[in-house]
Amino acid sequence: MSKIEFTRRGIIKTSAAVGAGIAMPTLLTSPAAAYTNEPKGKTVTLGFNVPQTGAYADEGADELRAYELAVEHLNGGGDGGMMNTFSSKELKGNGILGKKVEFVTGDTQTKSDAARASAKSMIEKDNAVMITGGSSSGVAIAVQGLCQEAGVIFMAGLTHSNDTTGKDKKANGFRHFFNGYMSGAALAPVLLEMYGPDRTAYHLTADYTWGWTQQESIQQATEAIGWKTAKNVLTPLATTDFSSYVAPVLNSGADVLVLNHYGGNMINSLTAAVQFGLRAKEVNGKNFEIVVPLYSRLMAKGAGENVKGIFGSTNWHWSLQDEGSKAFVKSFGKKYGFPPSQAAHTVYCQTLLYADAAERAGTFNPCGIAESLEGFKFDGLGNGATEYRAGDHQCFKDVLVVKGKENPTSEFDVLEVVKVTPRAQVEYPVDHAMFAGGELGKCNSGA
Amino acid sequence: MDAILLQVLNGLDKGSAYALIALGLTLIFGTLGVVNFAHGALFMIGAFCAVTLQKILNISTISLDPTKTDFLGDPLKIKTPLVETWFGEIAGQAIIDWTVPLAVLFSIPIMLVIGYVMERGLIRHFYKRPHADQILVTFGLAIVAGELVKANFGATEIQVPAPDLLAGVTDLGVYLGFDVGRVAYPTWRITFFCFSLAVIGSIFAFLQFTTFGMVVRAGMADRETVGLLGINIDRKFTIMFGIAAAVAGVAGVMYTPIKPPSYELGMQFLVISFVVVVVGGMGSLAGAVLAGFMLGILESFASMNEVKSFFEMLYLPSIDQIIIYLVAIIVLLVRPRGLLGKAGVMED
Repeated sequence: MSKIEFTRRGIIKTSAAVGAGIAMPTLLTSPAAAYTNEPKGKTVTLGFNVPQTGAYADEGADELRAYELAVEHLNGGGDGGMMNTFSSKELKGNGILGKKVEFVTGDTQTKSDAARASAKSMIEKDNAVMITGGSSSGVAIAVQGLCQEAGVIFMAGLTHSNDTTGKDKKANGFRHFFNGYMSGAALAPVLLEMYGPDRTAYHLTADYTWGWTQQESIQQATEAIGWKTAKNVLTPLATTDFSSYVAPVLNSGADVLVLNHYGGNMINSLTAAVQFGLRAKEVNGKNFEIVVPLYSRLMAKGAGENVKGIFGSTNWHWSLQDEGSKAFVKSFGKKYGFPPSQAAHTVYCQTLLYADAAERAGTFNPCGIAESLEGFKFDGLGNGATEYRAGDHQCFKDVLVVKGKENPTSEFDVLEVVKVTPRAQVEYPVDHAMFAGGELGKCNSGA
Repeated sequence: MDAILLQVLNGLDKGSAYALIALGLTLIFGTLGVVNFAHGALFMIGAFCAVTLQKILNISTISLDPTKTDFLGDPLKIKTPLVETWFGEIAGQAIIDWTVPLAVLFSIPIMLVIGYVMERGLIRHFYKRPHADQILVTFGLAIVAGELVKANFGATEIQVPAPDLLAGVTDLGVYLGFDVGRVAYPTWRITFFCFSLAVIGSIFAFLQFTTFGMVVRAGMADRETVGLLGINIDRKFTIMFGIAAAVAGVAGVMYTPIKPPSYELGMQFLVISFVVVVVGGMGSLAGAVLAGFMLGILESFASMNEVKSFFEMLYLPSIDQIIIYLVAIIVLLVRPRGLLGKAGVMED
């Protein structure tokens, strides 16, 4: 039988060894090996996750064009585009942190599960250090959650739901695009000026996160200028013939129809509304009006002549005459033969902003990049002075109110900017009721 | 009351599309015994015949306007359609304005050929194969057709407007004693409904009053016996496949001003049309038409706010999305052969 003897020296030695063992993981954790998909070679891979099939495939195709252009500019090709007008001068055309930028693409199919699967594949198989893209809020929120768990940065593409930087915000997610609240805040004063305070609105709303938050935002903003809300009818996303939803509007007493629809839904609902003669109708001695709070040039083109004279809002438009917009339109137009859409603009900006943040942080560590983006103020990217607010990772900038052009000169010339709403008018506190319910949480580097 | 009437009208024009597609599906199933999942794609191809004709009629000569600039600052390109150059501005614009009615004529030979090629080139090889094989191959064909259209025309909807003369609204209410404007209905949708009735009537008349139709009906009843009489029934059925394709095609053309077409149009109508066929009775032409209109009207009523609220109280939300399938379940449980189906069909 063996006997264990305890000595004072032995206990001290053992304690020191155990203490060193416990401390070892921390001591050996160097910044060089502490985050997901740290680029080891001479290249860095970005993941562009856009709808390449499905209803938003055209929007996705335009986003991909802009991503490719951004990569070309980052690697020193082309004319440099908005890198020349960007207020930050960190980007030198030698990739990011000296590493050549490569990219992989995924197809979201505008479905949350497919988008998560393709993002997961890009992170796990292709070692993408950042994921960006999306043309739907449902998709953006789903992929943002995945990126948070995986420890990579998500630079959102076209997502307009308040929830993306509201109740579903994440520390690893950043949105350059504007949101439903901003649309309402920008549009309401113009609607008041054009149509007066004595109006009754009837809402048709796409039945998912984006539609709900936009409707809530527009209703609140229009009721603040004195409008009444007759009804809000939720329409399933799969609806193609809106006649059953538009017909009840005719005799509802409402004199404004607000279409909280996007893409194909908007094209179909607006077509039905125009077919039913709503634009030529008079109610209560006033002309019946239609409002489309979120416009895109691509869908305005799809809606054809029906958009003429109809007000809405947009994040950016190719006709803007600031130096950044002109540089981007020239660069994109020369490469592809037509002007970029707002989706293309926002993803191009996001790619540059990510690259710039990495340069300023001196690392691809998502927590370093997040810190670098939080509170970052910049200019020269087409929206005037802009700030990535630290509290919710939402960009704050001017918002455009647009109108369907009465006399377009070309197939691209379908919208005209009627007002550039200053940032101060569309700003809201981080804890605003419409954005409450979620926590930004802590950055996850995947370590 | 006016709200109910408006929904009846909505149901009739929705039902017109369902009935036309289901009629073609039933013709193919009744004659060839094939479950054609590519039939919705034929409807979509018809719609894109209108888009194609619109593009053809808008082929233009280009001149530069040095006084205006495009988005890159280059002189603006002014397009003048060739039809305006050839026939003068007014006549040219009128031709472009009437694109959709012209596209009906344009699409018929195209759809007949597509139907013929589809039947001879692919589907005839599957006559003796199980229905599952037929469904797989025709569904695959539908996907291929959709992707080809997307590759050539993009994914976004394309507007093909109705002629100006038929683009406004018709105040049907004033004929029925309602106040002015209470039952104002889009003129083109009324036109589409009338057109559908004319096509359906023509198909029935063709089958009922022509020798060709008589042989086809006889073949549908007893293919073998008709063959034994020395009649090449296969050839006649191939022609019927072409006619069914043409019916789907012209329906697609006329539907373009109602719903701007995209490559997904076929799939959007396909499932509903099969439900219509099942509810009407597999192989029953009259059943397909009756069920088409009936389900169209039911669907429209189900989307009324009052009806939706009522069903929500019964814990049945989104009744407008499920009503058609609920009816299909009830019909299949109570009367498996469908409303006007022949005894024995689907009742084994």
